[in-house]
Amino acid sequence: MSYLSIKGLSARLKGTPHRILRDVSLEVSAGEVRGLVGESGAGKSMIGKAILGTLPESVEISGSSILLDGTDLMGLSAKERRRRIGASCALIPQDPLTALNPSRRIGGQITDRLVDILGWTRADAEARARELLAEVQIPDPERVMRSYPHELSGGMRQRILIASAFAAEPKLIVADEPTTALDVTVQKQILKLIAAMQARHGTALLFVTHDLGVVSKVCQSLSVLYGGLVVEDTTVRDFFRAPAHPYSRALLAATPKYSDPDGSLTPVPEEVIRNVQAQVSAADRGVAHG
Amino acid sequence: MQLLRSVLIRLGTTAITLIGVAVIVFFVIRVVPGNPIAMMLPPGATEADVARLTALYGLDKSIPQQFLIWVSGVLQGDFGTSITTKQPVLALILSRLPATLELSIMALVIAVVIGGGMALTGTRLRGTKTEAVIDVSNGMALSVPDFLWGLFLILIFGVLVPVFHISGRVTPSLQLPFSTNFYLFESVFRLRFDLWLDIVSHMFMPALALAIPLAAIIGQLLKQSLKETMHLDYVTLARTKGYSENHVILREALPNAILPTLTLVGVQFTFLIGGTVIIERLFSYEGLGNMAIDAVINRDLPLIQGIVILFAVIFTAVNLVVDLCYAALNPRLRHA
Repeated sequence: MSYLSIKGLSARLKGTPHRILRDVSLEVSAGEVRGLVGESGAGKSMIGKAILGTLPESVEISGSSILLDGTDLMGLSAKERRRRIGASCALIPQDPLTALNPSRRIGGQITDRLVDILGWTRADAEARARELLAEVQIPDPERVMRSYPHELSGGMRQRILIASAFAAEPKLIVADEPTTALDVTVQKQILKLIAAMQARHGTALLFVTHDLGVVSKVCQSLSVLYGGLVVEDTTVRDFFRAPAHPYSRALLAATPKYSDPDGSLTPVPEEVIRNVQAQVSAADRGVAHG
Repeated sequence: MQLLRSVLIRLGTTAITLIGVAVIVFFVIRVVPGNPIAMMLPPGATEADVARLTALYGLDKSIPQQFLIWVSGVLQGDFGTSITTKQPVLALILSRLPATLELSIMALVIAVVIGGGMALTGTRLRGTKTEAVIDVSNGMALSVPDFLWGLFLILIFGVLVPVFHISGRVTPSLQLPFSTNFYLFESVFRLRFDLWLDIVSHMFMPALALAIPLAAIIGQLLKQSLKETMHLDYVTLARTKGYSENHVILREALPNAILPTLTLVGVQFTFLIGGTVIIERLFSYEGLGNMAIDAVINRDLPLIQGIVILFAVIFTAVNLVVDLCYAALNPRLRHA
C-alpha cells in the first residue's frame, strides 16, 4: 500500500494552453525514497508543490487525485487539506538562505508547527527542537535557537531546515533540490545527513533533483520527467543497469563521470529529444480525445 | 550601548541641522520684501515713529548682530516677543502646539488604519474584484491633494449631510475644565466623553483630509512589498506547515514587508505636519499652522523664526523615532 499515490495529475498555466504536467502518476510507499529527475522546466518541482498545496496562483491543476494515506487531498476543504499536510508532510526547501524568516528566531521557526498546528506544549516543542538540532549535528543548539537566520551560515541553515522538516515526524518529506544552492563541499555532507535522517526516521522521501549521481546515492526508485510527462518509472537498480526509455539512456550518458574527468560531455542527441517531444504531443492528443 | 551611541550621534547631527535651519530662516525672512513695522503703523505715521519702533524691536541693528541677540536668547529659552500679539513667542507656540500635534497624530492613525487595512485586504483577496477596487481607489486618493479632500469633505459632511463641525477645534459655548491644551487626550483622562465627542467631530474632517493621501501611499507601498514577500520561500514553507493564509500574511510576511513602509511613513509624517498649515486654515482650526500663516502675513519675524525652529525639531524627532522603530523590528540592524 503506497503512502502517496498520485493519479493522472495535470497542470497548466491559467488561461493558456501551456501544459506543465501531463497526466502524471506516481507512487511512494511508506519509508521509500523516490527520485524525481528531469531537466529544468520538466515539471519535477511542480509535483512537489502540487502535493504540498503551494502551487503558484497562476497554475491550475485538473482531473486528478492525490491520495495521501488513502485520503484524496483534492476532495478535502482547503483548511482540512492544509492541516493534514502540516501534520503529515514536510518540505526541505532548495535555498536555505531564503527559506528562514529573517525577522524570527530559529527556535520559533522549528517549534511553531508543533505548538500551533499539532498542539504541543511550548516546553515539549523546545525540547524536541533541541534534540533535533543535536541530531543534525549543530553545536550548541541552545544558542542557535536564540539566533536569527542572518547570524548562521548556509550549511547551518540547511541543517536547521532539515531538523525542522523532521520535527513533527512526518510520513512524507518533499526535498526540493535541497543541495543545489549549497557550496559543493557542503552538498555532500547535507546529502549524507538527509539520507541518514531518512533511514533513522523511516520517512518516505520524494527527492526532486536533476543530479543522477544524487539519485544513485539516496533513492530506491525514480521517475524521469520530460515536458511534464513521466517517461520512465523504475527502480534505481534497473535504471542504472538498463534504462528502458531512450531519453533516460541519453540522460544517463550525459552525466559526467568522476572516473573520467577529462572525457568530453555528451549532450542528449537531437533525435532523442525529437522522439520524446513527439511522445509528449501524443499524450496531449490522448488527453484531448479522452 | 550601541543604541545609546547611535542616539547620541543623532542628537549631534540634529543640533547641526537646527543651527542650519535657524541661520537660513533668520536671514531669509529679513531679506525678502515686507516690513513688520510698516504693517503695524497706521497710515500717516512719521519717520520718527518708524525709527522709534524699529529701534524698539532691535531691527535697526545689522542682521548678524540681530542674529546673535536672538540666538543668545533662544539658548536661554527666550524666543523673543511676537510683534503682532506682544506675547512671548514660546508661550504662543506652546499654546498652539498641542492642537497641531493632536491633529497630526489623529491623521496618522487614520492613515495607518485605512492604508494598512487596504494593503492587507488587497493582499488577502488578491486576484479578486475587491483588489482591483482597492487599487483604483488608492490611485484616486493619491492624485488629489489634501486641501482638495478638505473641500470635498466640507461639501459632503459639512453642507450636504452636516454630521461634522466644519470649523474650529471645539464648540465655543462649551465650558472646558482642561489644564493643558491637549484637549483630545485630556478629555479621555478626565472621562469627559461628551467633550471628547465634540472635539473629535471638529477634528475628524481635517484629520481625514490630511490622512487620505498618506493612507493611499501607505496602502500602495505596503501592498507592493507584501506582494513581493508573499512569494518568498519562508512564506511558502510556513504554508506547508499548515498555517492559514491570514496567519501567513500577518505573522510571516507583514513583519518583513512593513520595513520600507515604516521609513516612508516617517518621511510622509513630516510632510503631513507641513500639510496642517493649509488644512488648519481651511477648517479654521486653532493650531500652529494657522498661526504660522498669520505670522507670515504680518511679517511677525520672531514668531516665524520660532515656528520654523519648532517644525525642524519635530521633523528630526520623528526621523529619530522611525530609526529606533526600524532597529526594533529588523534584527539585522540591531547588531550592526
